[in-house]
Amino acid sequence: MLNSKIPEGLLDQKWNDYKGHVKLVNPANKRNLEVIIVGTGLAGASAAASLGELGYKVKAFCFQDSPRRAHSIAAQGGINAAKNYQNDGDSVFRLFYDTIKGGDYRAREGNVHRLAEVSASIIDQCVAQGVPFAREYGGLLSNRSFGGTQVQRTFYAAGQTGQQLLIGAYQALERQVALGNVELYARHEMLDVVVIDGKARGIIARNLVTGELERHFGHAVLLCSGGYGNVFYLSTNAMGSNVTAAWKAHKKGAFFGNPCFTQIHPTCIPVTGDHQSKLTLMSESLRNDGRIWVPKKQNDTRKPADIPEEERDYYLERRYPAFGNLVPRDVASRAAKERCDAGYGVGSSKQAVFLDYAAAIERYGKIECRKHGIENPSAEEIRHHGVEVVKEKYGNLFDMYNKITGEDPYTTPMRIYPAVHYTMGGLWVDYELMTTVPGLYALGEANFSDHGANRLGASALMQGLADGYFVIPYTIGNYLADEIRTGQIPLSHPAFEEAEKAVAGRIDTLKNINGSQSVESFHKRLGKIMWEKCGMARNEAGLKAAIEEIRALRKEFWSDVRIPGGIREMNPELDKAGRVADFIELGELMCIDALNRRESCGGHFREEMQTEEGEAKRDDDHFCFVSAWELKGEGNWELHKEPLVFDVAHPSQRSYK
Amino acid sequence: MEHYTMNLTLKVWRQKSKQDKGHFDTYTVNDISSEMSFLEMFDVLNERLVHEGNEPIAFDHDCREGICGMCSMYINGRPHGPWEGTTTCQLHMRAFKNGDTIVVEPWRANAFPVIKDLMVDRSAFDRIIQAGGYISVNTGNAVDANSLPIEKEKADASFAAATCIGCGACVAACKNSSALLFVSAKVSHLALLPQGGPERKTRVLDMVAQMDKEGFGSCTSTGACEAVCPKEISITNIARLNKEYLISGIVSDK
Repeated sequence: MLNSKIPEGLLDQKWNDYKGHVKLVNPANKRNLEVIIVGTGLAGASAAASLGELGYKVKAFCFQDSPRRAHSIAAQGGINAAKNYQNDGDSVFRLFYDTIKGGDYRAREGNVHRLAEVSASIIDQCVAQGVPFAREYGGLLSNRSFGGTQVQRTFYAAGQTGQQLLIGAYQALERQVALGNVELYARHEMLDVVVIDGKARGIIARNLVTGELERHFGHAVLLCSGGYGNVFYLSTNAMGSNVTAAWKAHKKGAFFGNPCFTQIHPTCIPVTGDHQSKLTLMSESLRNDGRIWVPKKQNDTRKPADIPEEERDYYLERRYPAFGNLVPRDVASRAAKERCDAGYGVGSSKQAVFLDYAAAIERYGKIECRKHGIENPSAEEIRHHGVEVVKEKYGNLFDMYNKITGEDPYTTPMRIYPAVHYTMGGLWVDYELMTTVPGLYALGEANFSDHGANRLGASALMQGLADGYFVIPYTIGNYLADEIRTGQIPLSHPAFEEAEKAVAGRIDTLKNINGSQSVESFHKRLGKIMWEKCGMARNEAGLKAAIEEIRALRKEFWSDVRIPGGIREMNPELDKAGRVADFIELGELMCIDALNRRESCGGHFREEMQTEEGEAKRDDDHFCFVSAWELKGEGNWELHKEPLVFDVAHPSQRSYK
Repeated sequence: MEHYTMNLTLKVWRQKSKQDKGHFDTYTVNDISSEMSFLEMFDVLNERLVHEGNEPIAFDHDCREGICGMCSMYINGRPHGPWEGTTTCQLHMRAFKNGDTIVVEPWRANAFPVIKDLMVDRSAFDRIIQAGGYISVNTGNAVDANSLPIEKEKADASFAAATCIGCGACVAACKNSSALLFVSAKVSHLALLPQGGPERKTRVLDMVAQMDKEGFGSCTSTGACEAVCPKEISITNIARLNKEYLISGIVSDK
């Protein structure tokens, strides 16, 4: 039976009550307790820094050459916090409610309320660390809006918010390294969790430079290893982002929550050809000022500038007048797909829509001219000033678009299309962020807990830092307080021996297949199956076919993959092979989960279940639960359901009209 | 945008390990689309090498969005290649034309030993940050974020310095392999903010000392670092560092 351990009591008092009664570990004992942290993105770096500050002995692992490279760094637009600095009606409750509604009522009230409560402290903490957020001329912090909300609660640092937040956390982490509280293992990949007497007690990691396997003991293990969007091959994730750490934990008994909940982000640079290795996001913040449209005529090949205003269809403003271009991501993505599928797409592939800044440049230009006292400004003057404002707000994004496409977005509308971006699903965790394996925790995108079936923009950074700075430092004590008598378990323990042997055996098997196809080609094929049959729209027949195809692909992979190079050396092909093997297994589970959930909610759109207007149709009577999958054997899972209870935010048909 | 395809000759540095001497290998790649990124062109070559039973070329890369700082190729004598303000992963093949020969090497600096082929070890940068590239504030100590107004101009200048991605192109471009642009970007980021005030003097001294210890050379003042920086970090940060260093060095009551 799943126990989410949500504290009793009123929603807005649960976290306070919990903190007031949670077990504590005294400083002398903390020095003897070791914690392993896998991943150094926002969740991992903030957890490592905070636990190091508290006095725990921390070991932090990342596969990149430095903790500062983790993919949190690529987050662009911003981070939400219920500060209400803009006096526009924001509050902890509003942020909680928007997040629950944005997630289409598939997240836990208790977790989400806690997230909203600690959000304000995150901003304080980051500013204290020297994160240079955008400011107004008065010296105070600036805010902007993001999708799915009607207040301005997003803090940002141009289009590089993730970078600045991660560098803040990274510096805090490096400070703990300097003080000797954290030991850093870069270019290391976790390949198994070691479980002793039912508790997580360490990991097997591979040194990616030498290829050696290493054993590491910890009284607790924290997985902060991010999401699994790369199961689709093409996504906005980094090339190295992978599910391996989470998947190994799943194989050691951790349940996997809502694997089919993936987020397709509406504004990405479209695919250009088969050579494409990844997709690039254009921040959601661009929807603050940009207008999205397609021609009213099908197969219109005119240049955007030649299409007059009355022949343009601003379809988001038309369909969703209340939120307009700032509808949540799932809604915006499906609307773009609907227009393109109906033949209104633009560009050579016809799989794109326009994101247009002409109106914003004019609007800002007029305001600036007024500020500068220019009477009757010419169109050129307005444009000049408008471009300056847009450059300050979004300059780096426009430059990036220009570098990738060779087109100038200041003069011609950008072409955009949805792409895989984030995974709401992940390891099932309770209120304390512990998985179903005692002592094994999952933080940030690696867990499933806060975003339900759809994440709102600027909430991923918030969750990663909330988990690492303000949740785990309290909840881990509740577990470790009972571990103060557990000494260091020797690395010669049979459980370590066995785990290392199994890892080495798998690597040998992979290497000795000596087949004819590259790892990359398998990954591409898996991605194609997932995108076509488990992507933006899903149906029963497609999912059943996908499951069969993935099983066949798995067999083929294990009999025909070719990995050049050796085992005991730097070998990126071998690293990738292990990750793709795990993605293949995960892909099957995602399709099984999507097939099982016969309702549409958030990013999970079952074509059989939609309203007359083509919106997602939830089925609260049958599916108001978290799917937690337990691995029973190869290709065999058992479903456990955690019912979702809504005491405060009562589920209703989500409307942004 | 007109698209075209091209055939190219690549001369790529191959080095099995840190101990190996290393050498150039020559490859030809055909039908490369001008729409590809530079790294996607390497993907095509590597895919072919795997099919031929050869070892692919090892190179560092991750986000492929120009922000993680992991990619690090020295292309035709210039870190990150011919485009200004661009990382290798954002360099696109339309920068080249049919028949071109492209020479690709790793970053070359004593403080960045080669791990394999085009991959180098940049952990020296992490150790420089450990020496003082932070503000000592524990989680939970912070006051309200708006209780400390910061002049927009200073906040913007601090942000501009903080956009450094730690890729090491500045070191690779410098004939002395100096890391001063990297160090000065961090010193500036924190010195321009009031929060960075209390540790301002020790920070610059400790970071520079660590930089010297890692074996980076001294500044040549030629500006090669600024010219190749993919984030266009200004060399004026070095002037600021020098000022900070001088003042910190001569005052007695640190």
